[in-house]
Amino acid sequence: MDLTKNLTLPELPYGYEALEPAISGEIMRLHHQKHHQAYVTNFNKALHQLSAAVADGDTSAVVMLQSSLKFNGGGHINHSIFWKNLAPVSEGGGVPPKGRLGSAIDEQFGSLEALIQKMNTHGAALQGSGWWLALDKESKRISVETTANQDPIVTKGPTLVALLSIDVWEHAYYLQYKNVRPDYLKNIWNVMNWNYASAVYDKECPN
Amino acid sequence: MILLSCSSNHCSLSSNVMASAAAPSTILKSSSIFPHLGWGRRRRSCNLPSINRGVSKSTVAYYGLRSPPYKLDALEPYMSQKTLEVHWGAHHRNYVEALNKQLEKNDILYGCTLDELIRLTYNNGNPLPEFNNAAQVWNHDFFWESMQPGGGEMPKLGLLEQIEKDFGSFDNFKDKFIEAALTSFGSGWVWLVLKREKRCLAIVKTSNAINPLVWNDIPIISLDLWEHAYYLDYKNDRAKYVNTYMNHLVSWNAAAARMARAQAFVNLGEPKIPVA
Repeated sequence: MDLTKNLTLPELPYGYEALEPAISGEIMRLHHQKHHQAYVTNFNKALHQLSAAVADGDTSAVVMLQSSLKFNGGGHINHSIFWKNLAPVSEGGGVPPKGRLGSAIDEQFGSLEALIQKMNTHGAALQGSGWWLALDKESKRISVETTANQDPIVTKGPTLVALLSIDVWEHAYYLQYKNVRPDYLKNIWNVMNWNYASAVYDKECPN
Repeated sequence: MILLSCSSNHCSLSSNVMASAAAPSTILKSSSIFPHLGWGRRRRSCNLPSINRGVSKSTVAYYGLRSPPYKLDALEPYMSQKTLEVHWGAHHRNYVEALNKQLEKNDILYGCTLDELIRLTYNNGNPLPEFNNAAQVWNHDFFWESMQPGGGEMPKLGLLEQIEKDFGSFDNFKDKFIEAALTSFGSGWVWLVLKREKRCLAIVKTSNAINPLVWNDIPIISLDLWEHAYYLDYKNDRAKYVNTYMNHLVSWNAAAARMARAQAFVNLGEPKIPVA
Protein backbone atom coordinates (compact mmCIF):
# COMPACT_ATOMS: atom_id res chain seq x y z
CA MET A 1 0.00 0.00 0.00
CA ASP A 2 1.47 3.26 -1.10
CA LEU A 3 0.95 5.53 1.85
CA THR A 4 2.50 8.50 0.18
CA LYS A 5 -0.09 9.07 -2.53
CA ASN A 6 -1.45 12.44 -1.61
CA LEU A 7 -5.00 13.68 -1.88
CA THR A 8 -5.71 16.74 -3.95
CA LEU A 9 -8.52 19.21 -3.69
CA PRO A 10 -11.05 18.41 -6.43
CA GLU A 11 -12.28 21.21 -8.67
CA LEU A 12 -15.72 22.56 -8.14
CA PRO A 13 -17.90 21.57 -11.14
CA TYR A 14 -19.38 25.12 -11.29
CA GLY A 15 -18.47 28.67 -10.32
CA TYR A 16 -18.52 29.87 -6.73
CA GLU A 17 -21.52 32.10 -7.33
CA ALA A 18 -23.40 29.53 -9.37
CA LEU A 19 -25.54 28.25 -6.51
CA GLU A 20 -26.91 31.60 -5.46
CA PRO A 21 -29.28 32.54 -3.95
CA ALA A 22 -29.52 29.19 -2.20
CA ILE A 23 -25.89 29.22 -1.12
CA SER A 24 -23.84 32.39 -1.35
CA GLY A 25 -20.59 32.67 -3.28
CA GLU A 26 -18.80 33.74 -0.11
CA ILE A 27 -19.75 30.51 1.63
CA MET A 28 -18.84 28.37 -1.37
CA ARG A 29 -15.44 30.02 -1.62
CA LEU A 30 -14.63 29.54 2.05
CA HIS A 31 -16.12 26.09 2.14
CA HIS A 32 -14.12 24.84 -0.83
CA GLN A 33 -10.87 26.79 -0.59
CA LYS A 34 -10.47 26.79 3.18
CA HIS A 35 -12.44 24.03 4.84
CA HIS A 36 -12.15 21.30 2.22
CA GLN A 37 -8.56 22.28 1.53
CA ALA A 38 -7.78 21.97 5.24
CA TYR A 39 -9.14 18.43 5.30
CA VAL A 40 -6.98 17.54 2.30
CA THR A 41 -3.86 19.14 3.75
CA ASN A 42 -4.29 17.63 7.19
CA PHE A 43 -5.09 14.21 5.81
CA ASN A 44 -1.92 14.24 3.74
CA LYS A 45 0.03 15.28 6.81
CA ALA A 46 -1.47 12.48 8.89
CA LEU A 47 -0.85 10.01 6.06
CA HIS A 48 2.77 11.04 5.94
CA GLN A 49 3.10 10.58 9.67
CA LEU A 50 1.34 7.23 9.39
CA SER A 51 3.78 6.12 6.76
CA ALA A 52 6.69 7.00 9.05
CA ALA A 53 5.06 5.31 12.03
CA VAL A 54 4.43 2.11 10.06
CA ALA A 55 8.00 2.11 8.82
CA ASP A 56 9.26 2.54 12.39
CA GLY A 57 6.94 -0.07 13.76
CA ASP A 58 5.53 2.55 16.13
CA THR A 59 2.16 1.03 16.95
CA SER A 60 1.16 3.73 19.41
CA ALA A 61 1.68 6.43 16.83
CA VAL A 62 -0.29 4.44 14.28
CA VAL A 63 -3.22 4.22 16.68
CA MET A 64 -2.98 7.87 17.68
CA LEU A 65 -3.24 8.97 14.08
CA GLN A 66 -6.51 7.16 13.45
CA SER A 67 -8.81 9.91 14.66
CA SER A 68 -7.10 12.50 12.48
CA LEU A 69 -7.24 10.18 9.48
CA LYS A 70 -10.90 9.46 10.06
CA PHE A 71 -11.81 13.08 10.56
CA ASN A 72 -9.83 14.59 7.72
CA GLY A 73 -10.25 11.66 5.35
CA GLY A 74 -13.95 11.63 6.04
CA GLY A 75 -14.08 15.36 5.50
CA HIS A 76 -12.47 14.97 2.09
CA ILE A 77 -14.71 12.07 1.05
CA ASN A 78 -17.85 13.81 2.21
CA HIS A 79 -17.14 17.14 0.61
CA SER A 80 -16.06 15.57 -2.66
CA ILE A 81 -19.48 13.95 -2.86
CA PHE A 82 -21.24 17.08 -1.63
CA TRP A 83 -19.94 19.27 -4.47
CA LYS A 84 -21.34 16.77 -6.96
CA ASN A 85 -24.66 16.67 -5.13
CA LEU A 86 -25.26 20.31 -5.95
CA ALA A 87 -25.83 21.90 -9.33
CA PRO A 88 -26.76 25.36 -10.53
CA VAL A 89 -30.37 25.81 -11.56
CA SER A 90 -29.19 26.32 -15.13
CA GLU A 91 -27.70 22.84 -15.11
CA GLY A 92 -30.68 21.04 -13.70
CA GLY A 93 -30.31 21.83 -10.02
CA GLY A 94 -33.58 21.36 -8.19
CA VAL A 95 -35.25 19.36 -10.96
CA PRO A 96 -36.95 16.38 -9.33
CA PRO A 97 -35.79 12.88 -10.23
CA LYS A 98 -37.59 10.98 -12.90
CA GLY A 99 -36.91 7.46 -13.95
CA ARG A 100 -36.18 4.64 -11.61
CA LEU A 101 -34.96 6.72 -8.70
CA GLY A 102 -38.14 8.78 -8.80
CA SER A 103 -40.30 5.66 -8.69
CA ALA A 104 -38.21 4.13 -5.94
CA ILE A 105 -38.65 7.26 -3.83
CA ASP A 106 -42.39 7.32 -4.41
CA GLU A 107 -42.60 3.66 -3.52
CA GLN A 108 -40.49 3.81 -0.38
CA PHE A 109 -41.39 7.22 0.98
CA GLY A 110 -44.75 8.01 -0.56
CA SER A 111 -43.64 11.06 -2.47
CA LEU A 112 -40.67 13.30 -3.05
CA GLU A 113 -42.18 15.86 -0.67
CA ALA A 114 -42.37 13.25 2.04
CA LEU A 115 -38.72 12.39 1.57
CA ILE A 116 -37.68 16.04 1.65
CA GLN A 117 -39.75 16.57 4.76
CA LYS A 118 -38.13 13.63 6.47
CA MET A 119 -34.63 14.69 5.54
CA ASN A 120 -35.22 18.24 6.68
CA THR A 121 -36.55 17.08 10.02
CA HIS A 122 -33.51 14.91 10.60
CA GLY A 123 -31.16 17.60 9.42
CA ALA A 124 -32.64 20.27 11.61
CA ALA A 125 -32.54 17.98 14.62
CA LEU A 126 -28.93 16.97 14.23
CA GLN A 127 -26.96 18.47 17.05
CA GLY A 128 -23.52 19.85 16.47
CA SER A 129 -21.89 18.93 13.24
CA GLY A 130 -22.86 16.19 10.90
CA TRP A 131 -23.95 14.88 7.61
CA TRP A 132 -27.07 13.49 6.37
CA LEU A 133 -27.47 11.39 3.35
CA ALA A 134 -30.23 9.63 1.53
CA LEU A 135 -28.69 6.54 0.20
CA ASP A 136 -28.98 3.15 -1.23
CA LYS A 137 -28.14 -0.12 0.38
CA GLU A 138 -27.12 -3.17 -1.54
CA SER A 139 -30.46 -4.33 -0.27
CA LYS A 140 -31.81 -1.83 -2.78
CA ARG A 141 -33.53 0.24 -0.12
CA ILE A 142 -33.14 3.98 0.12
CA SER A 143 -32.74 5.32 3.63
CA VAL A 144 -32.12 8.61 5.35
CA GLU A 145 -29.04 8.50 7.58
CA THR A 146 -27.17 10.98 9.67
CA THR A 147 -23.55 10.75 10.62
CA ALA A 148 -21.65 12.76 13.18
CA ASN A 149 -18.75 15.12 12.56
CA GLN A 150 -17.06 14.00 9.36
CA ASP A 151 -17.90 10.33 9.52
CA PRO A 152 -18.47 9.10 5.99
CA ILE A 153 -21.57 7.12 5.16
CA VAL A 154 -19.74 3.80 5.21
CA THR A 155 -19.45 4.13 8.98
CA LYS A 156 -23.17 3.47 9.08
CA GLY A 157 -22.90 0.33 7.00
CA PRO A 158 -20.30 -1.03 4.61
CA THR A 159 -22.76 -1.49 1.75
CA LEU A 160 -24.18 2.02 1.91
CA VAL A 161 -23.69 4.36 -1.02
CA ALA A 162 -24.43 8.06 -0.94
CA LEU A 163 -27.08 9.34 -3.32
CA LEU A 164 -27.39 12.77 -1.80
CA SER A 165 -25.79 14.60 1.06
CA ILE A 166 -26.40 17.83 2.89
CA ASP A 167 -23.64 19.34 4.98
CA VAL A 168 -25.17 20.63 8.20
CA TRP A 169 -21.97 21.81 9.79
CA GLU A 170 -22.49 25.45 10.68
CA HIS A 171 -19.74 26.55 8.29
CA ALA A 172 -21.92 25.34 5.43
CA TYR A 173 -24.59 27.97 6.02
CA TYR A 174 -23.79 30.30 8.89
CA LEU A 175 -22.66 33.43 7.07
CA GLN A 176 -25.89 33.47 5.10
CA TYR A 177 -28.50 31.88 7.33
CA LYS A 178 -26.99 32.40 10.80
CA ASN A 179 -28.72 30.09 13.21
CA VAL A 180 -31.77 29.52 11.02
CA ARG A 181 -30.80 26.12 9.73
CA PRO A 182 -34.32 25.21 8.57
CA ASP A 183 -34.18 28.00 5.94
CA TYR A 184 -30.92 26.60 4.60
CA LEU A 185 -32.46 23.15 4.45
CA LYS A 186 -35.47 24.48 2.61
CA ASN A 187 -33.45 26.37 0.00
CA ILE A 188 -30.80 23.79 -0.72
CA TRP A 189 -33.35 21.63 -2.49
CA ASN A 190 -33.44 24.27 -5.22
CA VAL A 191 -29.92 23.34 -6.20
CA MET A 192 -30.03 19.65 -5.52
CA ASN A 193 -28.48 17.59 -8.30
CA TRP A 194 -30.90 14.76 -8.79
CA ASN A 195 -29.17 13.76 -12.03
CA TYR A 196 -26.17 12.67 -10.05
CA ALA A 197 -28.33 10.80 -7.57
CA SER A 198 -30.19 9.03 -10.38
CA ALA A 199 -26.95 8.09 -12.08
CA VAL A 200 -25.57 6.56 -8.90
CA TYR A 201 -28.83 4.75 -8.26
CA ASP A 202 -28.97 3.29 -11.75
CA LYS A 203 -25.38 2.17 -11.49
CA GLU A 204 -25.69 0.53 -8.08
CA CYS A 205 -29.12 -0.95 -8.75
CA PRO A 206 -28.93 -2.32 -12.24
CA ASN A 207 -32.27 -3.66 -13.30
CA MET B 1 -46.81 20.57 47.64
CA ILE B 2 -49.14 22.51 45.43
CA LEU B 3 -48.48 26.16 44.75
CA LEU B 4 -50.95 28.68 43.56
CA SER B 5 -50.02 29.99 40.18
CA CYS B 6 -52.00 33.12 39.67
CA SER B 7 -52.15 36.35 37.86
CA SER B 8 -53.14 39.22 40.07
CA ASN B 9 -56.71 39.59 38.80
CA HIS B 10 -57.75 36.07 39.26
CA CYS B 11 -55.74 34.93 42.18
CA SER B 12 -58.33 33.39 44.34
CA LEU B 13 -58.36 31.56 47.58
CA SER B 14 -61.86 30.60 46.69
CA SER B 15 -63.51 27.29 47.04
CA ASN B 16 -62.48 25.87 43.70
CA VAL B 17 -58.91 25.71 44.86
CA MET B 18 -58.74 22.39 46.52
CA ALA B 19 -55.14 22.31 47.57
CA SER B 20 -53.77 23.74 50.74
CA ALA B 21 -51.82 26.41 49.05
CA ALA B 22 -48.56 27.82 50.15
CA ALA B 23 -48.40 31.57 50.02
CA PRO B 24 -48.05 32.91 46.48
CA SER B 25 -44.83 34.61 47.44
CA THR B 26 -43.08 31.30 47.03
CA ILE B 27 -43.21 31.85 43.32
CA LEU B 28 -39.85 33.38 42.54
CA LYS B 29 -39.70 36.23 40.16
CA SER B 30 -36.29 36.44 38.73
CA SER B 31 -34.11 38.57 36.66
CA SER B 32 -36.44 41.54 36.60
CA ILE B 33 -35.41 42.25 40.16
CA PHE B 34 -31.75 41.30 39.93
CA PRO B 35 -30.75 41.97 36.38
CA HIS B 36 -27.22 43.03 36.96
CA LEU B 37 -25.96 40.87 39.71
CA GLY B 38 -23.85 37.96 38.70
CA TRP B 39 -26.41 35.55 40.05
CA GLY B 40 -29.81 35.61 38.45
CA ARG B 41 -32.60 33.63 40.04
CA ARG B 42 -34.37 31.22 37.86
CA ARG B 43 -38.02 31.97 37.39
CA ARG B 44 -40.12 29.04 38.40
CA SER B 45 -43.78 28.52 38.62
CA CYS B 46 -45.93 25.50 38.78
CA ASN B 47 -48.69 24.10 36.70
CA LEU B 48 -51.80 23.54 38.71
CA PRO B 49 -53.28 20.12 38.30
CA SER B 50 -56.27 20.05 36.05
CA ILE B 51 -58.76 20.13 38.93
CA ASN B 52 -58.24 23.86 39.05
CA ARG B 53 -59.48 24.65 35.58
CA GLY B 54 -61.46 27.57 36.88
CA VAL B 55 -58.36 29.51 37.91
CA SER B 56 -56.58 31.16 35.01
CA LYS B 57 -52.96 30.16 34.76
CA SER B 58 -50.16 32.61 34.47
CA THR B 59 -47.30 32.04 32.09
CA VAL B 60 -45.28 28.97 32.81
CA ALA B 61 -41.58 29.41 32.36
CA TYR B 62 -39.09 27.19 34.04
CA TYR B 63 -35.82 28.84 33.16
CA GLY B 64 -34.92 32.31 32.02
CA LEU B 65 -32.31 33.67 29.68
CA ARG B 66 -29.54 35.16 31.76
CA SER B 67 -27.73 38.16 30.24
CA PRO B 68 -23.96 38.19 29.93
CA PRO B 69 -22.30 40.33 32.64
CA TYR B 70 -21.37 43.00 30.10
CA LYS B 71 -23.00 44.83 27.21
CA LEU B 72 -23.13 43.05 23.89
CA ASP B 73 -20.52 45.34 22.35
CA ALA B 74 -18.17 45.17 25.31
CA LEU B 75 -15.97 42.46 23.86
CA GLU B 76 -15.20 44.30 20.64
CA PRO B 77 -13.03 44.00 18.63
CA TYR B 78 -12.27 40.47 19.76
CA MET B 79 -15.82 39.22 19.70
CA SER B 80 -18.18 41.43 17.77
CA GLN B 81 -21.50 42.74 18.93
CA LYS B 82 -23.06 40.98 15.96
CA THR B 83 -21.74 37.65 17.20
CA LEU B 84 -23.08 38.29 20.69
CA GLU B 85 -26.43 39.31 19.25
CA VAL B 86 -26.79 36.10 17.28
CA HIS B 87 -24.98 33.75 19.65
CA TRP B 88 -26.66 34.98 22.82
CA GLY B 89 -29.82 36.48 21.36
CA ALA B 90 -30.67 33.61 19.03
CA HIS B 91 -28.75 30.42 19.82
CA HIS B 92 -28.70 30.71 23.61
CA ARG B 93 -32.25 32.02 23.71
CA ASN B 94 -33.44 29.15 21.53
CA TYR B 95 -31.95 26.62 23.91
CA VAL B 96 -33.80 28.26 26.81
CA GLU B 97 -37.09 28.35 24.97
CA ALA B 98 -36.73 24.82 23.67
CA LEU B 99 -35.94 23.59 27.18
CA ASN B 100 -38.96 25.33 28.64
CA LYS B 101 -41.14 23.78 25.98
CA GLN B 102 -39.82 20.33 26.74
CA LEU B 103 -40.30 20.78 30.48
CA GLU B 104 -43.93 21.74 30.00
CA LYS B 105 -44.59 18.22 28.91
CA ASN B 106 -42.50 16.41 31.45
CA ASP B 107 -43.62 16.45 35.05
CA ILE B 108 -40.89 14.19 36.31
CA LEU B 109 -38.13 16.63 35.50
CA TYR B 110 -39.92 19.58 37.02
CA GLY B 111 -38.40 21.27 40.03
CA CYS B 112 -34.69 20.69 39.62
CA THR B 113 -31.96 23.26 39.58
CA LEU B 114 -30.25 23.47 36.23
CA ASP B 115 -27.20 21.58 37.51
CA GLU B 116 -29.38 18.77 38.80
CA LEU B 117 -31.33 18.70 35.56
CA ILE B 118 -28.16 18.29 33.55
CA ARG B 119 -26.94 15.39 35.64
CA LEU B 120 -30.35 13.74 35.59
CA THR B 121 -30.93 14.03 31.87
CA TYR B 122 -27.38 12.96 31.04
CA ASN B 123 -28.62 9.62 32.27
CA ASN B 124 -25.13 8.17 32.62
CA GLY B 125 -24.24 8.56 28.99
CA ASN B 126 -27.58 7.77 27.43
CA PRO B 127 -28.94 11.28 27.37
CA LEU B 128 -32.60 12.15 27.41
CA PRO B 129 -33.88 14.66 24.86
CA GLU B 130 -33.86 17.46 27.42
CA PHE B 131 -30.14 17.06 28.06
CA ASN B 132 -28.98 18.91 25.00
CA ASN B 133 -31.00 22.01 25.73
CA ALA B 134 -30.38 22.01 29.48
CA ALA B 135 -26.65 21.54 29.08
CA GLN B 136 -26.34 24.16 26.37
CA VAL B 137 -28.21 26.71 28.48
CA TRP B 138 -25.78 26.09 31.32
CA ASN B 139 -22.77 25.97 29.00
CA HIS B 140 -23.53 29.32 27.48
CA ASP B 141 -24.21 31.00 30.84
CA PHE B 142 -20.83 29.70 31.97
CA PHE B 143 -19.13 30.77 28.75
CA TRP B 144 -20.29 34.40 28.87
CA GLU B 145 -19.06 34.59 32.44
CA SER B 146 -15.74 33.06 31.45
CA MET B 147 -14.98 36.16 29.44
CA GLN B 148 -14.70 39.83 30.28
CA PRO B 149 -13.81 43.07 28.54
CA GLY B 150 -10.09 43.57 29.01
CA GLY B 151 -9.57 39.88 29.59
CA GLY B 152 -6.53 37.78 28.91
CA GLU B 153 -3.16 38.28 30.59
CA MET B 154 -2.47 36.00 33.49
CA PRO B 155 -4.12 34.65 36.60
CA LYS B 156 -2.67 35.65 39.93
CA LEU B 157 -1.93 34.33 43.38
CA GLY B 158 -3.53 31.03 44.34
CA LEU B 159 -4.93 30.18 40.94
CA LEU B 160 -1.60 30.85 39.29
CA GLU B 161 0.14 28.70 41.87
CA GLN B 162 -2.25 25.85 41.24
CA ILE B 163 -1.77 26.13 37.47
CA GLU B 164 1.97 26.11 37.89
CA LYS B 165 1.71 23.12 40.16
CA ASP B 166 -0.44 21.11 37.76
CA PHE B 167 1.00 22.22 34.41
CA GLY B 168 4.55 23.25 35.20
CA SER B 169 4.10 26.83 34.08
CA PHE B 170 1.38 29.12 32.84
CA ASP B 171 2.83 29.10 29.34
CA ASN B 172 2.73 25.35 29.26
CA PHE B 173 -0.92 25.42 30.35
CA LYS B 174 -1.72 27.99 27.68
CA ASP B 175 -0.05 25.91 24.98
CA LYS B 176 -1.87 22.79 26.07
CA PHE B 177 -5.21 24.58 26.17
CA ILE B 178 -4.76 25.97 22.70
CA GLU B 179 -3.60 22.61 21.40
CA ALA B 180 -6.69 20.95 22.85
CA ALA B 181 -8.88 23.54 21.16
CA LEU B 182 -7.22 23.04 17.81
CA THR B 183 -7.38 19.26 17.89
CA SER B 184 -11.05 19.19 18.71
CA PHE B 185 -13.12 17.70 15.93
CA GLY B 186 -16.61 18.91 15.27
CA SER B 187 -18.71 20.95 17.65
CA GLY B 188 -17.77 21.05 21.29
CA TRP B 189 -16.06 22.83 24.14
CA VAL B 190 -12.67 22.99 25.85
CA TRP B 191 -12.57 23.33 29.62
CA LEU B 192 -10.16 23.98 32.41
CA VAL B 193 -11.58 21.87 35.22
CA LEU B 194 -10.76 21.03 38.79
CA LYS B 195 -10.96 17.29 39.07
CA ARG B 196 -12.63 16.29 42.27
CA GLU B 197 -11.12 12.87 42.73
CA LYS B 198 -7.63 13.68 41.55
CA ARG B 199 -7.69 17.12 43.22
CA CYS B 200 -5.86 18.81 40.39
CA LEU B 201 -6.55 21.05 37.44
CA ALA B 202 -6.89 19.49 34.01
CA ILE B 203 -7.84 20.41 30.45
CA VAL B 204 -10.85 18.54 29.08
CA LYS B 205 -12.43 18.44 25.63
CA THR B 206 -16.12 17.68 25.26
CA SER B 207 -18.31 17.30 22.21
CA ASN B 208 -21.63 18.92 21.44
CA ALA B 209 -23.37 19.76 24.72
CA ILE B 210 -21.49 17.63 27.20
CA ASN B 211 -19.87 19.44 30.13
CA PRO B 212 -17.73 18.37 33.09
CA LEU B 213 -20.69 18.48 35.47
CA VAL B 214 -21.71 15.08 34.21
CA TRP B 215 -18.48 13.65 35.64
CA ASN B 216 -18.90 15.64 38.81
CA ASP B 217 -15.87 17.81 38.09
CA ILE B 218 -15.79 21.56 38.65
CA PRO B 219 -15.37 23.74 35.56
CA ILE B 220 -13.15 26.79 35.92
CA ILE B 221 -13.22 28.30 32.40
CA SER B 222 -14.64 27.22 29.07
CA LEU B 223 -14.22 27.98 25.38
CA ASP B 224 -17.02 27.44 22.87
CA LEU B 225 -15.73 25.64 19.78
CA TRP B 226 -19.00 25.35 17.93
CA GLU B 227 -18.53 27.14 14.65
CA HIS B 228 -21.31 29.57 15.44
CA ALA B 229 -19.15 30.97 18.23
CA TYR B 230 -16.51 32.33 15.90
CA TYR B 231 -17.61 32.03 12.31
CA LEU B 232 -18.92 35.57 11.85
CA ASP B 233 -15.72 37.08 13.25
CA TYR B 234 -13.03 34.64 12.19
CA LYS B 235 -14.61 32.45 9.50
CA ASN B 236 -12.63 29.23 9.34
CA ASP B 237 -9.63 30.60 11.26
CA ARG B 238 -10.22 28.78 14.52
CA ALA B 239 -6.59 29.22 15.57
CA LYS B 240 -6.93 33.00 15.54
CA TYR B 241 -10.13 32.82 17.56
CA VAL B 242 -8.57 30.57 20.20
CA ASN B 243 -5.48 32.72 20.54
CA THR B 244 -7.55 35.87 20.78
CA TYR B 245 -9.63 34.27 23.51
CA MET B 246 -6.54 33.44 25.56
CA ASN B 247 -4.93 36.83 25.03
CA HIS B 248 -7.88 39.19 25.24
CA LEU B 249 -11.09 37.58 26.43
CA VAL B 250 -10.62 34.96 29.12
CA SER B 251 -11.62 36.21 32.56
CA TRP B 252 -9.13 35.08 35.17
CA ASN B 253 -11.20 36.99 37.72
CA ALA B 254 -14.14 34.70 37.10
CA ALA B 255 -11.81 31.73 37.17
CA ALA B 256 -10.36 32.80 40.53
CA ALA B 257 -13.83 33.19 42.02
CA ARG B 258 -14.80 29.75 40.78
CA MET B 259 -11.58 28.26 42.17
CA ALA B 260 -12.26 29.83 45.55
CA ARG B 261 -15.74 28.36 45.60
CA ALA B 262 -14.44 25.01 44.41
CA GLN B 263 -12.10 24.79 47.36
CA ALA B 264 -15.10 24.55 49.64
CA PHE B 265 -15.65 21.16 48.04
CA VAL B 266 -12.18 19.99 47.14
CA ASN B 267 -9.28 20.07 49.53
CA LEU B 268 -6.25 21.08 47.54
CA GLY B 269 -3.80 21.57 50.32
CA GLU B 270 -1.92 19.24 52.54
CA PRO B 271 -3.50 19.20 55.98
CA LYS B 272 -1.57 21.48 58.25
CA ILE B 273 -1.10 19.26 61.24
CA PRO B 274 0.85 21.11 63.87
CA VAL B 275 3.77 19.23 65.24
CA ALA B 276 3.95 19.21 68.99
